[in-house]
Amino acid sequence: MSFNLRPGVTAISEQVYDLHMTIFYICCVIGILVFSAMFWAIFHHRKSKGAVPAQFHESTKVEIIWTIIPFLILIGMAIPATKTLLAMEDPSDADLTIQVTGSQWKWHYKYFEHDLEFYSVLASDMEQVKGKLKKRDNYLLEVDHPLVLPVGKKVRFLMTSEDVIHSWWVPDFAVKKDANPGFINEAWTRIDKPGIYRGQCAELCGKDHGFMPIVVIAKPEDEYASWLAEQEAAYLAKQAAEQELVAMTMDQAELMELGEKVYLKSCAACHQPNGEGLPGVFPALKDSPIATGAVSQHIDVVVNGVPGTAMQAFGKQLGLKELAAVISYERNAWGNDTGDLVQAKDVVAVQNAAQ
Amino acid sequence: MSTMSELHAEHEEHHHAPRGLMRWVLTTNHKDIGSMYLWFSFTMFIVGGAMAMVIRAELFQPGLQLVDPNFFNQMTTVHGLIMVFGAVMPAFTGLANWLIPMMIGAPDMALPRMNNWSFWILPFAFSMLLASLFMEGGGPNFGWTFYAPLSTKYSPDSTALFVFAIHIMGISSIMGAINVIVTIMNLRAPGMTYMKLPLFVWTWFITAFLLIAVMPVLAGAVTMVLTDKYFGTSFFDAAGGGDPVLFQHIFWFFGHPEVYIMILPSFGIISAIIPAFSRKKLFGYSSMVYATASIAGLSFLVWAHHMFTTGMPVQAELFFMYCTMLISVPTGVKVFNWVATMWRGSITFETPMLFAIAFIVLFTIGGFSGLMLAITPVDFQYHDTYFVVAHFHYVLVTGAVFSIMAAAYYWLPKWTGKMYDEGLGRLHFWCSLISVNVLFFPMHFLGLSGMPRRIPDYALQFADVNAIVSIGGFAFGLSQFIFLYMVIKCIRSGEPAPAKPWEGSEGLEWDALPSPAPYHSFSTPPEVK
Ligand code: HEM
Ligand SMILES: [Cu+2]
Repeated sequence: MSFNLRPGVTAISEQVYDLHMTIFYICCVIGILVFSAMFWAIFHHRKSKGAVPAQFHESTKVEIIWTIIPFLILIGMAIPATKTLLAMEDPSDADLTIQVTGSQWKWHYKYFEHDLEFYSVLASDMEQVKGKLKKRDNYLLEVDHPLVLPVGKKVRFLMTSEDVIHSWWVPDFAVKKDANPGFINEAWTRIDKPGIYRGQCAELCGKDHGFMPIVVIAKPEDEYASWLAEQEAAYLAKQAAEQELVAMTMDQAELMELGEKVYLKSCAACHQPNGEGLPGVFPALKDSPIATGAVSQHIDVVVNGVPGTAMQAFGKQLGLKELAAVISYERNAWGNDTGDLVQAKDVVAVQNAAQ
Repeated sequence: MSTMSELHAEHEEHHHAPRGLMRWVLTTNHKDIGSMYLWFSFTMFIVGGAMAMVIRAELFQPGLQLVDPNFFNQMTTVHGLIMVFGAVMPAFTGLANWLIPMMIGAPDMALPRMNNWSFWILPFAFSMLLASLFMEGGGPNFGWTFYAPLSTKYSPDSTALFVFAIHIMGISSIMGAINVIVTIMNLRAPGMTYMKLPLFVWTWFITAFLLIAVMPVLAGAVTMVLTDKYFGTSFFDAAGGGDPVLFQHIFWFFGHPEVYIMILPSFGIISAIIPAFSRKKLFGYSSMVYATASIAGLSFLVWAHHMFTTGMPVQAELFFMYCTMLISVPTGVKVFNWVATMWRGSITFETPMLFAIAFIVLFTIGGFSGLMLAITPVDFQYHDTYFVVAHFHYVLVTGAVFSIMAAAYYWLPKWTGKMYDEGLGRLHFWCSLISVNVLFFPMHFLGLSGMPRRIPDYALQFADVNAIVSIGGFAFGLSQFIFLYMVIKCIRSGEPAPAKPWEGSEGLEWDALPSPAPYHSFSTPPEVK
């Protein structure tokens, strides 16, 4: 662990670091002066040494001096602070734009100028958190899909949220900006050095606030370009494959196996691995009216979420196969034995009905 | 409580007051009410402290060991609420009740019946808050700042209880504040002009105006949360035309003055104790008064420095940065004045003085980190990390709480008529001083190296420092039982105290009243020259 702020890897973060150190040193000097005067008095003006109290208790001159001098020091601090702040708050002329959307508890990144978007979720699993598995090196600071950015380009971020307020923070860029639901915030960075940079959500956003890391990989421009092309192609191919899925039928074993995986990754955080939820906070799925009632309603809840509650829409985050599998799983696990098998086409039917 | 009733038993004879439990329930006496506030506050300090221990135990190691994340959030939230509204504020109100009448030469507070009410509704508020922890869904888990929409859309069912509890605490504070103002304006002894008021009275006078100004704002904020959650309004919901950031503006318009409400009376206490043990008059009395007033005034202009990351126009960020930095000027004047008071004094180091000196040093450290936080571009890095947690605990614990401890030691002989055990006092002081720094100082490092606040689990790199912090926490928690033991021992078996046990202390309570002070402080107003 470093015991101080790190200078980071952008021009702004270095300015911020310098500012931090300047103010810190000024505080140290003032502190040393004041505390030495005090400890001088403590040692030399103590009764046990026979000190006799002086009679002064006022001096307009002194009091004016120690009002004016701190004031001047403050002006000296305010000037560089203002400069840095103005530079930080100028997101104009960006080379590329990333939309960052927070939700409980994951980040969604969308490359504005490209056909590419994905979710980014904590990659340390619950077994590590509970201490049953050895914690990896970047425990709690690792994600499944890091954000990839080019070095040397001005990247503009548009921050927003789907539910509560989150805050996107990467210390090495000196960027921290709230993601407010229904509003869009701006921030920007220009990374100087290729590397992997890690951060975390910095606004209390509910139960799993501590499990919402951010990982950014900064690549040189050519590597970034080929990465982008690859990802875009894969993204389009995946969308095409989704279309084909509609015609396919999966059997129970396959649905349940995939369903359990998806459930543990995406649903268990709230509804708990045993489907019993957290009473009063997150509803149970075991024996629930939704998971044992009409199939289409169940699909609707998973795909579109329940507005105004913590249940978010998974329609975009999960593929058709995964959606079909996890819904089938929820309808047949923990003694919910409804026997209903949901297929990709059922999900599509509900999606189309909503449009 | 039984010990307290013994204490006052001899005075009761003359007043036909009810005995036993009813004496405490029905009392309108400022000393009884002051004592009850102080005991209540100490109880809450222990309860809130127990929650802090749960937090620190969970954070002792990385990983989740003891509690689940949802309960962890309840613990941080309720810890914060209890410490702010249950420990620090009632302790100051208790001190005000005890001391203001004695300091200005009054027989009692001006509105005694209201005084009784303003105390007795508090236990109900806090029982409600604590009971909510046992409801299905648990207690409040959205931080003591209860930002919307976490608190409006995603909160547990107990939110209604939380809102009502806050309402009651707010009503109690406002009643207390009205009482303070009315007492100071009307019941001063002849000759006690405003510029002769002891600084503790002055600081409380100003604090009371702050309270009256901002508690209704808090009440408004919680009410809007209530209607958003239960009655379909959308003050803070963008989908209905509201704005979640509006919540933060309203909250911090209350919240920032609130943090000064928790520190201004400390300034008064320290301004009484430092001169007493330096045997020298307070340096710069009038600039102390003006500094307090300007801090209070500025406190209304800086609320948005808690919200730099919410996305404000850069002009607003500059305005709030400059105003915030300005506060360090009057605060600095106070610190310089205290040091000048000690300068060329004849200093002794009884426990109240030890706490007061520690206050000056540690509060100043909290002030420095505050100045660092004021610098907007750097605040982006500090905000919502453990650096902030370190900052506000330096001002709240080694500031507010240490000053309350200092006050308790200083006036205990006047309250009980007995001397406390100086050895125990010093033991308590040194244990607290060392442990509190082990507890909070390393938090600066955690924050700087990137640990967010309000997280139940953290990355491996933070493990060692968190373990040290937790050990400091347990030690600080345990040290407070020395204080409890010291107080009980003082009440039960302390040596009788003279009217003026401290050589250098000044004021009506020492010069014009015996120890213990009579049940009704001044039946005939003293003449102040
Ligand atoms: C035994 C002493 C104490 C310990 C060990 C302690 C520890 C903590 C910890 C670990 C947190 C959580 C920080 C976070 O994750 O954001 C916290 C929060 C807080 N504490 Fe303390 N604390 C102590 C005493 C106090 C006192 C005396 C006060 C008030 C006068 C206080 C006021 C607060 C507040 C306002 C919060 C913020 C709660 C929130 O985030 O909503 N604490 N404390
Ligand atoms: Cu978050």
